[in-house]
Amino acid sequence: MTFGGKAEARLHEAERSLTGADQPLVEAEHLQLYFPVKQGTLVDRTVGQVHAVDDVCFALREGETLGVVGESGCGKSTLARCVVRLLEPTAGKLRYRGRDITHLGRRALQPFRREAQLVFQDPVASLNPRKRVGQIVGTPMRLHGLPNVERNVQELLKRVGLNPEHVNRFPHEFSGGQRQRIGVARALAVNPRLIVLDEPVAALDVSIQAQVVNLLDDLQDDFRLSYIFIAHDLAVVRHVSDRIAVMYLGKLMEVSPAEELYEKPIHPYTQALLAAIPIPDPNENRARERVVIPGEPPNPIEPPPGCRFHTRCPRATEVCSTVEPPLAEYPGGHLAACHHPLNVDAGEIARATRSPLSPLSAGRLLPSGEEAPTEPGEAEQAESPPSHGIGRWLRRAS
Amino acid sequence: MAERLLEVDGLQVSFLTEDGIVKAVDGVSFTLDRGEVLAIVGESGSGKSVTVMTLMGLTRSPNARISGSAKLGGRELVNAPERELERVRGAEIAIAFQDPISSLSPVRRVGDQIVEQIRAHEKVPKQQALDRAVELMERVGIPNARQRAQAFPHEFSGGMRQRAMIAMALSLSPSVLIADEPTTALDVTIQAQILREVKQLSEKSESGVIFVTHDLGVVADIADRVLVMYGGRVVESGTLDEIFYDPQHPYTWGLLGSVARMDRDRPRRLPAIPGLPPSLVNPPQGCHFRPRCPHAFDKCVEVPPLEARVAEAPAHLDRCWLEVSEKRELRSVGGHIGLFDRTVAA
Repeated sequence: MTFGGKAEARLHEAERSLTGADQPLVEAEHLQLYFPVKQGTLVDRTVGQVHAVDDVCFALREGETLGVVGESGCGKSTLARCVVRLLEPTAGKLRYRGRDITHLGRRALQPFRREAQLVFQDPVASLNPRKRVGQIVGTPMRLHGLPNVERNVQELLKRVGLNPEHVNRFPHEFSGGQRQRIGVARALAVNPRLIVLDEPVAALDVSIQAQVVNLLDDLQDDFRLSYIFIAHDLAVVRHVSDRIAVMYLGKLMEVSPAEELYEKPIHPYTQALLAAIPIPDPNENRARERVVIPGEPPNPIEPPPGCRFHTRCPRATEVCSTVEPPLAEYPGGHLAACHHPLNVDAGEIARATRSPLSPLSAGRLLPSGEEAPTEPGEAEQAESPPSHGIGRWLRRAS
Repeated sequence: MAERLLEVDGLQVSFLTEDGIVKAVDGVSFTLDRGEVLAIVGESGSGKSVTVMTLMGLTRSPNARISGSAKLGGRELVNAPERELERVRGAEIAIAFQDPISSLSPVRRVGDQIVEQIRAHEKVPKQQALDRAVELMERVGIPNARQRAQAFPHEFSGGMRQRAMIAMALSLSPSVLIADEPTTALDVTIQAQILREVKQLSEKSESGVIFVTHDLGVVADIADRVLVMYGGRVVESGTLDEIFYDPQHPYTWGLLGSVARMDRDRPRRLPAIPGLPPSLVNPPQGCHFRPRCPHAFDKCVEVPPLEARVAEAPAHLDRCWLEVSEKRELRSVGGHIGLFDRTVAA
């Protein structure tokens, strides 16, 4: 995929203004990863494609934590694996410190591998049961030819809150939380700049979750790390993130500064996610109006046309099933891809601009003020027929 | 006064293992009334699952030692002969497991698995049983139930499988429904749907529900009463509001405090519970929470009895030696309940 020079320049400019840094650590441009679905006994033929990550743009600046949330199957783990180049994107561009690493080969990636590490969700499955902790944490150092392996391993173990005398133990001798600490130590072994955390606390008990979250927080300060934090637990994500991206069926639905996402979600999907989380406070739970969205995410092999969420969205209208909404940029660097945004007033809608991070397939149409609710959180079925302007746009798009 | 369905008294379960005797459940007592949702909360290894599995008679094995009493409508379950238990199990007390993919048979159609359970207890023709299975699947919110009954578990999504599990558990209208972490593996939107259905079912069918979970958000959403377990013992029990607004045991404070919350300003650090859950082979002497508790004092080497300590709430039981007034002062900083270390907080 190539971009016109002008468009590319604009995209960069937009990223700069969004992140406030001259060069982001990681940039993803229209990143796409499709998995082929194969069938056939003798000859495999591709009968379809799973649209796991579909045209996702984002930038991560140094020292920042970007949270990525979404339901299972929304492509957040695939995105994580793409970013550290365990998977090769089918299309789009991935840049690390300005360098294109989208299609680099094994050897060319070596320096990048030292800089970017991954922590996995399942601390049991991601540690080799036949290797001792010292070997698990030391191997990355040896592979990259770093000196003083033994001493550094012990120091690292101490740093992540494990007893350095336990270097000769096997993973099964540790509890779940401790194993996750081993996973974190292994990621830190090569002194990386970027750590992608794929649901690092989902498998842990709450009290242990808090310990690991606090540890990750400390390490970020000490080592000046940048995190991409993937999770389905919105409460944990809020705690660690500077910005949060909400994904649904491979697309970005909303990207927002962390606090703002919870105070005024713009996308109805984000609102539905927030409403679905039970609050550990009986009175507040009783007082809250819970909008339970029906159904389940559709099949990512044949994602619905238009807005991917329109099949479950309480606010969906005709335009949602035909035109894919672009990411509109609202004040404060809050992006949302929705024709019927929530929690924004007419003025903000009027000033909204089409973000250059929008998917290439998205339409030009920005939300129009008339369809915005007057009251924030008002969830009435919007029933506006496609207006004149939309019709005109439709003709232009096709 | 509601009808008492289940009465568990001094239930003890231990397993003989290579490493020694594991006291998984150590004197658990509770009751369940009709129309009530009782939540059992605790971390992994606290004995909550073993407790409910024992009620179902599923922990019986040559290396298990079970004592105490569990009466279901006056009938003893703990030492009931297997034949009798088979009649009760599924019909009067039923369980929906945490992990439906490993609990459903992968080689049999979902509808047939429900039919099998119905026909094991009642003499009904196959077709009639299937009609009932379809009706149950509809009731728990499975669309196209007639066709979906012919599908295999792997053709179901996670949420649908969990619904099928619940439909199966409800197939004989049991008076006690046990849900063992039924939503842990599900996404929040699907979890909300299932919780809503379980709640409606408990209201409509007038059965009692035991809901095992470690998620306090889910507890706040669904429970009437709460049992907090730690290291095989009940450390606190009370009504939903008592547990959330006047928690008496430091472990409960720790649990409440360590949950990341969306409805509050975010603290710079989550107040975590230090240390690790106790080993059940070699548990600490006295209160099991003692090694992790910043407020432990010399008296804690004796096991505190589970008793009412709050004067105005006679049904609110806890296992902690601290004075109620002392506890109320210790547990909160800035209006937040949590397990705070005074030396650090000061």
